[in-house]
Amino acid sequence: MTQKNRLQSGGRIDRSKPLTFTYNGKKFNGFLGDTLASAMLANGIDIVGRSFKYSRPRGIVAAGAEEPNAVLQLGATEATQVPNVRATQQELFNGLVSSSTNGWPSVETDLMGTIGKMGGSMMPPGFYYKTFMYPKSLWDTYESMIRKAAGLGRSPLESDPDTYDKINQHCDVLVVGGGPAGLSAALTAARSGARVIFADEQNEFGGSLLSSKETLNGAPASEWVNAVVEELRGYDNVMLLPRSTVNGYHDHNFLTIHERCTDHIADIAPAGQARQRLHRVRAKWVVLATGAHERPLVFANNDVPGCMVANAVSTYINRYGVAPGNELVLMTTNDSGYQAALDWHDAGRKVVAIVDTRQNPKGDRVEASRQRGLNLITGSAVIEVQGSKRVSGVSVAPISADGNKVTGSVSKLSADTVASSGGWSPVIHLSCHTGSRPVWNDDVVGFLPGPTVQKQLTAGAINGSYSTSTALFEGLNAGLKAVAEVGLSASEVMLPKAEEVNEGAPMTLFHIPHLKPTSQAPKQFVDYQTDVTAAGIEVACREGYESIEHVKRYTAMGFGTDQGKLGNINGMAVAAKALNKTIPETGTTIFRPNYTPVSFGAIAGRDCGALFDPERYSAMHKWHVARGAKFEDVGQWKRPWYFPKPGESMKEALNRECLATRESVGILDASTLGKIDIQGKDAREFLGRVYTNAWAKLAVGKCRYGLMCGEDGMVFDDGVTSCLGENHFLMTTTTGGAARVLEWLELYHQTEWPEMEVYFNTVTDHWSTLTISGPNSRKLLAELTDCDLSNENFAFMDWKQTTVAGVPARVFRISFTGECSYEINVQANYGMHVWEKLFEHGEKFNLTPYGTETMHILRAEKGFIIAGQDTDGSVHPFDLGMGWCVAQKKPFSYIGKRGMAREDCVREDRKQLVGLKTTDPKVVLPEGAQGVLDPKAPIPMPMVGHITSSYWSANLDRSIAMGFVKGGLNKMGEKVFYPLADGTVVEAEICSPIFLDPKGERQNV
Amino acid sequence: MFHIYCPHCAEYREEEEFHASGQAHIARPLDPEACSDKEWGEYLYFRKNPRGIHHELWVHAAGCRKFFNITRDTQTYEIKEVYKIGEQPSVVAQSGNSK
Amino acid sequence: MSDLTVAVPEEKVASTKAVVMNQVAGPEVRAESPLYHADLDSLAKQGPRKGGVRLRENKLLGHLTLRCNPNNADQLAAVERVLGMALPLQPLTSVEKGDVSIRWMSPDEWLIIVPGLKAFDVETRFRDEMDGHYSLVNGSGGSTVLELSGDNVVDMLKKSTPIDLHPSEFPVGKVVSTVFAKSTAVIRRTGEKQFELVIRRSFSDYLWLWIQDASREFGLVVDA
Repeated sequence: MTQKNRLQSGGRIDRSKPLTFTYNGKKFNGFLGDTLASAMLANGIDIVGRSFKYSRPRGIVAAGAEEPNAVLQLGATEATQVPNVRATQQELFNGLVSSSTNGWPSVETDLMGTIGKMGGSMMPPGFYYKTFMYPKSLWDTYESMIRKAAGLGRSPLESDPDTYDKINQHCDVLVVGGGPAGLSAALTAARSGARVIFADEQNEFGGSLLSSKETLNGAPASEWVNAVVEELRGYDNVMLLPRSTVNGYHDHNFLTIHERCTDHIADIAPAGQARQRLHRVRAKWVVLATGAHERPLVFANNDVPGCMVANAVSTYINRYGVAPGNELVLMTTNDSGYQAALDWHDAGRKVVAIVDTRQNPKGDRVEASRQRGLNLITGSAVIEVQGSKRVSGVSVAPISADGNKVTGSVSKLSADTVASSGGWSPVIHLSCHTGSRPVWNDDVVGFLPGPTVQKQLTAGAINGSYSTSTALFEGLNAGLKAVAEVGLSASEVMLPKAEEVNEGAPMTLFHIPHLKPTSQAPKQFVDYQTDVTAAGIEVACREGYESIEHVKRYTAMGFGTDQGKLGNINGMAVAAKALNKTIPETGTTIFRPNYTPVSFGAIAGRDCGALFDPERYSAMHKWHVARGAKFEDVGQWKRPWYFPKPGESMKEALNRECLATRESVGILDASTLGKIDIQGKDAREFLGRVYTNAWAKLAVGKCRYGLMCGEDGMVFDDGVTSCLGENHFLMTTTTGGAARVLEWLELYHQTEWPEMEVYFNTVTDHWSTLTISGPNSRKLLAELTDCDLSNENFAFMDWKQTTVAGVPARVFRISFTGECSYEINVQANYGMHVWEKLFEHGEKFNLTPYGTETMHILRAEKGFIIAGQDTDGSVHPFDLGMGWCVAQKKPFSYIGKRGMAREDCVREDRKQLVGLKTTDPKVVLPEGAQGVLDPKAPIPMPMVGHITSSYWSANLDRSIAMGFVKGGLNKMGEKVFYPLADGTVVEAEICSPIFLDPKGERQNV
Repeated sequence: MFHIYCPHCAEYREEEEFHASGQAHIARPLDPEACSDKEWGEYLYFRKNPRGIHHELWVHAAGCRKFFNITRDTQTYEIKEVYKIGEQPSVVAQSGNSK
Repeated sequence: MSDLTVAVPEEKVASTKAVVMNQVAGPEVRAESPLYHADLDSLAKQGPRKGGVRLRENKLLGHLTLRCNPNNADQLAAVERVLGMALPLQPLTSVEKGDVSIRWMSPDEWLIIVPGLKAFDVETRFRDEMDGHYSLVNGSGGSTVLELSGDNVVDMLKKSTPIDLHPSEFPVGKVVSTVFAKSTAVIRRTGEKQFELVIRRSFSDYLWLWIQDASREFGLVVDA
């Protein structure tokens, strides 16, 4: 294929490296150094998509991040699909596959285009809200149609084969933007020895210097750029990040940089390399040298392919050697726009006319145009474009000096390209991210960064300083200021001499008048990506929207993936005119992170797949895996849930585990329980303050169960604490509550009672806890220890230091099953050894491993609560029927005591935890089921409480449940009804939650 | 993301190392039993939500595990000072400017 | 077996009365360090020998957490008697002598690492030598030490922790407790290109996966 718009010479492309790419299934050629956009233009591809609402054909408008139309789908395979890629920022590589995202069935012949044309005047702003909201039931149908027709790409249906990376960075000075201001700032900072990160979104540094023919020190600007970059590359204290967009500016100078490491190389990253990397940067100072975007003018049919911003035309010619057409009409309100016509002419293409809205333009570029004999039409404007899939001509007419109306007759010119320049908008996005409100500046005709609390400096075009010499100077100053602020002395930097260009005053004009009123003129687009027109904004204003924020939301202006980089100021100007206000009076425009879209891959980084969330394992985890355990997530822990034998269902496994434990002996890996070592002479008193029960008399060698409440009196954790030495305790917490409890103890110690002599340390990971439970647990343990296990020597709620299977151990005779039970604690390095020894000796006792589910069933048979399952932060110990665990005589008003005494806490009709037996013993109530006292009451029925725990008990051969019932503790024997979602009603009787061994004899044997 | 100076570690650390623990200087009543339900409820639940200067309790959870106080501007997110438990802030809201 | 070993006479440390227990089993018992199942020894024999990041597990060491009052001169003197060096009192510093090292963790907390078989001895001597309010906790089973080194070790660590590792900010000897991936670690610089990580046992498999992944682009060498 020929590249019909490729110039014979020039540009920064490497003509010795031809590349092939695919667009919408057709193959095209380009060169290394091209962007996808420049290659498309070189090949004469006019249409890159269909517009969002009206489905009008759209072409490439700009040459950078601000591009609203050329937003393409990339990817050679399903797995490598990437939506929302701006062709202007995608470097071309060999084999690149791209497609337009929103033409249906194709961009060239688009069904919706016809509808869009027909519906033109019928699709005012709010059209979708107004049209498709009723009837509501049909919204799903509308939505899928609209999404199919519109949309901006799609996500892949297969998982991404690439890896992405995140990295933390720290620096003294982060310089954002590699144009002249950024280069001089980075150079100044680097020479002082500061740690510098220098980031630019493009593949090479130079910014605006890359796309113009201007000179520095009389030589091509690129020579100076190359010298500076080479010098910077030589410094250890400088990190150069090309292809890296600083996308977010967050609190306290935290910035995120999205580096595209291999997007320019291939569809998939080379092996071992991350495709993209998100840098999380903490910068002491930030220099924003982010430049400016040129504003297109708003005129009738300004979206016809071939309409571009003026500077983009220059960029394509100078940087990429592409003249995107043959006959150019330039419309401008200022001198800088002339450069496009000069470059066009110098490239050997025909400049049909320069249409200047000013009556009497003056300036070096105006003069240069006259010298080249270009056709200059002043005091006029392009009021309308002809053409549908490509510009075919323009209508030019004189306009009034204020730019508000057409004053003379219209003449038509033939052209295939219309460049327009309405001046420049500083790229203030990053400075807005932390809440700084931009400030309008009449001289710049744009918003400038507002006051900020960040350690932020700005230099160059972001300040409205558009000349290269000023940008260089401001960059130098920002660099000097930054290094001084971080305490370094500045080094000398000689700035290169830039060309001085005299410019005439620009005209403040955004919206070009038409012969017809805006509402009747052909569409004058403000925001291409969201299809917002000048007429649409006027309608919004007429309908009463006065704040620009409301106008934006009503019209969707600025809501595209481009965030309205080209259109927002024009839109504000149109709204201001409609409201008869100034631009700053209509409000301001705030940008939010991210500056350009960031892929989910980069945001996720390595935190995906197996690394999505840490999996915490006990020392016996491998055994559980080998034994075929099903696992349950408890916090980040992977705990065995149950251990099915081959072919066994979950219920069968649970029944077997439950029966084996009560009949012989079962074993649970309880290592995940939180464990806190507490030492100090005030340890005992401290326990008394954080637990609801008494601790003063717990002797060395004894264990006690404790309930922990918040100051509101509500239970938040529980566990057994053992007295190891007079001033030494081991506290256990729930698995999920371990970190919270430790922080809670520290909070009270550090902020309320710092005078108490006590220290807390976590030993959760240090001890493996192997719990054997059941009538044969003593016999089993006896085979592995010489400790006297007799009930007399080692009673329930005692602990002993001994040796188990040759390993020093602390054995706690405590029980969560109601059986005779031993919790064997050994240093975790020996956990597996002891576990395996127990199984070696346990075979004859049918030692059965069980998981959390059997643990839940066994404890429920005994009516033991699980904090977090049977409690939800709204129940106090008395609600749980655990008043026995609340001390009344402790001298110190322990945490929870006052809370429990509040008026609401002593009501008798509070929801209280009771046991529930279904009338039909085979029916297992679903947890969460709501109870009612009268199932025939009209809906909504008064609810009296819900089921918190419910299981099939193999030991009791019936279902058991625990749940809350209002006043339940005084309703023993009464019936509660549980209407279920399937329409059935389950009847249950209130009973004691202790279903098995109410006297607790089994654990004491 | 905040950058927080830990007064115990004596250097700045990233916010992800810290937990916020609510408003600072909420002292537990010395005699809870003497509190009315209203007083106890205020101690438990009522907190300031100022626009501007606010004193907050934080803990260096992934670091030294020490609690300390921060004076922060809730509007700009500037941290005006950090100070240890038991110390008083030097930056306080102007009277009438705390709501 | 005695039921309870209170290592020091009652009358001497009435204020402490903590239990000290030799938790180390005999050599006939297999001890499994937190990364036992990663089989690093085989990787050291069979895995690549070239790469930008090197890893070694310094396993089965004695990890003791000391909490005491840094203003108590008697306690500081006792530490010197037991360990032969002074507690590092400056935040984020560490000291090392022979096979014993001490890391500042908090104004009143230090992590002491000793050879595994020495832990009980050190604990016992602390109880003999040190008076007043303090705590000493053996956490040897709960964590392990990873030695990470190599030309790209900093690059790998930067993916994992938000700490600034530039030598000007993180000189040799500095120690921090911080976030590491989605877990935590105590990181100490032991050389220009060498760091020591103390990580928790239950997170060690996750962190081992993480380190392998984060090192992939540089190449990971496991040393025995």
